[in-house]
Amino acid sequence: MAEFTLPKNSKVTEGKEWPKPEGATDLKAFKIYRWSPDSGENPRVDTYHIDLDDCGPMVLDALIKIKNEVDSTLTFRRSCREGVCGSCAMNIDGTNTLACTKYINDAKGYVRIYPLPHQSVIKDLVPDQTHFFAQYRQIEPWLKTDSQAPERERLQSPEDRAKIDGLWECVLCACCSTSCPSYWWNEDRYLGPAILLQAYRWLADTRDEAAGDRLDQLEDPFRLYRCHTIMNCTRTCPKHLNPAKAIAEIKKMMVERGV
Amino acid sequence: MNMRSPLSRARGLGSAKTGTAHWWAQRLTALALVPLVIWFVVSMIVVTGADHEAAVTFISIPINAVLLILLIVATFRHGQLGLEVVIEDYIHTKWLEVALIIAVKGAAVFLGVTSVYAVIAIALN
Repeated sequence: MAEFTLPKNSKVTEGKEWPKPEGATDLKAFKIYRWSPDSGENPRVDTYHIDLDDCGPMVLDALIKIKNEVDSTLTFRRSCREGVCGSCAMNIDGTNTLACTKYINDAKGYVRIYPLPHQSVIKDLVPDQTHFFAQYRQIEPWLKTDSQAPERERLQSPEDRAKIDGLWECVLCACCSTSCPSYWWNEDRYLGPAILLQAYRWLADTRDEAAGDRLDQLEDPFRLYRCHTIMNCTRTCPKHLNPAKAIAEIKKMMVERGV
Repeated sequence: MNMRSPLSRARGLGSAKTGTAHWWAQRLTALALVPLVIWFVVSMIVVTGADHEAAVTFISIPINAVLLILLIVATFRHGQLGLEVVIEDYIHTKWLEVALIIAVKGAAVFLGVTSVYAVIAIALN
């Protein structure tokens, strides 16, 4: 059966409350998931207090401040701090999003921060994305052609170029896939919204010559058809893309070539 | 310990090269059920309180018998397709998954054929 409860060693316990900064004028509490593979202990939720008058406006600013000034053991991924690298995806206030583009003040009361749901945790807020990126590799996300390469660029009209708008912007942060119940229950075989949106990005690219092969690879009850239009993907996407629509377009292509 | 490479695990046994027919059949049966269910509910409201003889007469009218049979076929086919998806979603013990899918298919065929036989038997009586 699909697992609906956490295994015993994953049950989250109440953790440590770190001291409040002295002379703070605008305190905000952050409750952050902590787990280390070295301690042998269950995961816990630590509480940190940050003075918002002495901190940037984004959740990532607070995380970096905590790591620099309060608790250097707090572990998370981050790089660009402007929403283009997709590294700092995590579950903030119950929704998967990028810490760098999420305002601290969007959260009423304290800010809850957990790793992306239903993924193995490497440490604290860092999930294991090995399978996610293997699935990305599986759809062969590159331009495939058989005709002779032209002397210069492969040309594309502005109209055709517009067909991949809303697709190329995906930063593969995995917020959508890890918000999808179908992906939770069947991630071993279901590709999930992020990878299917990427698959459609190449299906929609007029320069690509491998649409048939790509559709053959997706024609599968699990790889594609686990999508039951739950729409969590579209709701959670921090880049405001629409993976559910991309999946629907793939299904339409499947019907189009068979009917 | 699993030493398989991540890509090998992601590719698994490859694409089943099927799935669209299942999905398409589910949409088409859903579409067919919209008018059929409306017709059925309206008809049942009309014959509410009628006796056994009136019910037999209702089924004996050819168009009613045909629509009833279509309703039965679409319902059981749609239900079977839907339950199969639910089982695939949630049951991850392979033998149990396969056994349940076979049981659901068998039950749908048995109940569907029985219902169709009943309609024909009454209609042609």
